[in-house]
Amino acid sequence: MTLHIVTGGLQTTVQDLGRAGHQSQGIPVGGAMDLLALRVGNLLVGNNHGDAALEATLIGPAITFDQDTLIALTGADLDASINGTPVPAWHPIFVPRGGTLRFGQPRLGCHVYVAAAGGIDVPLVFGSRSTYLRAHFGGYEGRALRSGDAVQVGVPSRLSERMAASLRESGAVPAVARWSLGGLLRPRYGDDPTVRLLAGAHIGALSGDARERFFSGTFRVSSSSDRMGYRLESVELALEAPVELLSEGVVFGTVQLPPAGAPIVLMADRQTTGGYPRIGEVIGVDLPLIAQLKPGDRLRFRLVSLDDAQRLYLAQEQELAQARFAIGLRSF
Amino acid sequence: MHFAPLGDRAVMITLGNAISEATHRRVRAVTARLTARPPAGIIDVVPAFASVAVHYDPFLAGRHEGASPFRDMVTALEEFLADIADDALPSPRLVDIPVCYGGELGPDLENVAAKHDMDAAEVVRIHITGNYLVYMIGFMPGFAYLGGLSDQIATPRRSTPRTVVPAGTVGIGGQQTGVYPLDSPGGWNLIGRTPIKIFDIGREEPTLLATGDRVRFRAISLEEFRERSARS
Repeated sequence: MTLHIVTGGLQTTVQDLGRAGHQSQGIPVGGAMDLLALRVGNLLVGNNHGDAALEATLIGPAITFDQDTLIALTGADLDASINGTPVPAWHPIFVPRGGTLRFGQPRLGCHVYVAAAGGIDVPLVFGSRSTYLRAHFGGYEGRALRSGDAVQVGVPSRLSERMAASLRESGAVPAVARWSLGGLLRPRYGDDPTVRLLAGAHIGALSGDARERFFSGTFRVSSSSDRMGYRLESVELALEAPVELLSEGVVFGTVQLPPAGAPIVLMADRQTTGGYPRIGEVIGVDLPLIAQLKPGDRLRFRLVSLDDAQRLYLAQEQELAQARFAIGLRSF
Repeated sequence: MHFAPLGDRAVMITLGNAISEATHRRVRAVTARLTARPPAGIIDVVPAFASVAVHYDPFLAGRHEGASPFRDMVTALEEFLADIADDALPSPRLVDIPVCYGGELGPDLENVAAKHDMDAAEVVRIHITGNYLVYMIGFMPGFAYLGGLSDQIATPRRSTPRTVVPAGTVGIGGQQTGVYPLDSPGGWNLIGRTPIKIFDIGREEPTLLATGDRVRFRAISLEEFRERSARS
């Protein structure tokens, strides 16, 4: 089963959960920007939640399927259609052989995930199929997809086959399943979210005014943002006094404050270590909200406790685990 | 040993507040133990100059219903690392890096020499005499932060970084020296280049250097550089 790339879009790459476990060698974790959308997309097509999918940004690709294929679109709403018929996000979709998926104007969010039953099949690099563009490895030849590429899809699971068969019987082309996953598994994306944050190790170094602005101000996502980090502008923060720091570990969601005063939120392709003051860390369950922001979108920060953040994370993981279990039991 | 949350899925273990070989040995000991037999839920261990970041999955790390995964993880780490001082560290690897200094491969060598009022050969002599320690890997795949640069040739970064520095280039940035593993932008003073691949995704061990390695530089001719570049 092959995906034929008609046009590559702005930046379409193969991504999975990333390559944790190699940061001591300086290898970035990478992986999907919106990990929850990737995982849910995989569950909707009967894959393992961590299988590789395509991540498309703002301007989606055009893709022709050379065989009947079960897919799901999750994350951003980029006005998807198959053979000209609009199709919804967050539902399993049966694409007939020869069908072409296209995207239009971005309506909500920044990154859409195209999960296909069987998962995208590219070689593992450091245990992951994620594309790391800066060092040109992983994914499809270490680069974004372009016109003429042929991307292999793995063998669908029996669960995927059952799902596809029940949709094929409906006779609709394309056929969209009625069921979906909701609740905590459907992030409430927006273009001006409030993102919850834990106090960072150096938040105490902010001047009184800056601390106030950090939590009252509205930040704008700069156009020089990418998979490595989102630069925030329109609110300048300052330290009481310069902080001399030794480089050390950072995480997805670390908010760094370089001397110029414009914070940077570290994203999927972040470096493994950083030497700027860390004024906060976005909580795990809100990372999808920030990942789906595009240049020009706005956000605010709200402080929460570590206990609350971990309770929310556990609730989300519990719901994912239950969804995996329930989908396995369904008769399609 | 101090434990603090680093977001909701990592613990920062701080082992010192300055760059020193004693702190470095503690970093290595903690890293070695956590890597060899990690407590449940740990997914990555990231050593740095004076700290070790431990990434964990709260879903797998929590011991009991209703408790804090963070506090459970810290308790597990405290128990696990209690007698860490007794650990014997493996003896460091010695890595020899051949470098062709100056010329097109090291366009800033003359500037560095002029800044210190010496000739280029003297800069090279001092650079190859140094015994360097890999304190940590970070910044980019396989990039080693080396300690041990002589003050005699320490040189501030360039005011305007270059947009592309070729992989293998050896530079001096302030008190540090190092080798760029990949083509990348860079603000260091470039004094030479090695034909060895510091990072090679096609190699079984893609990164040449690891935390704790000892490094020496060795001067080679342009001829040898070309010969070895062609082979690798």
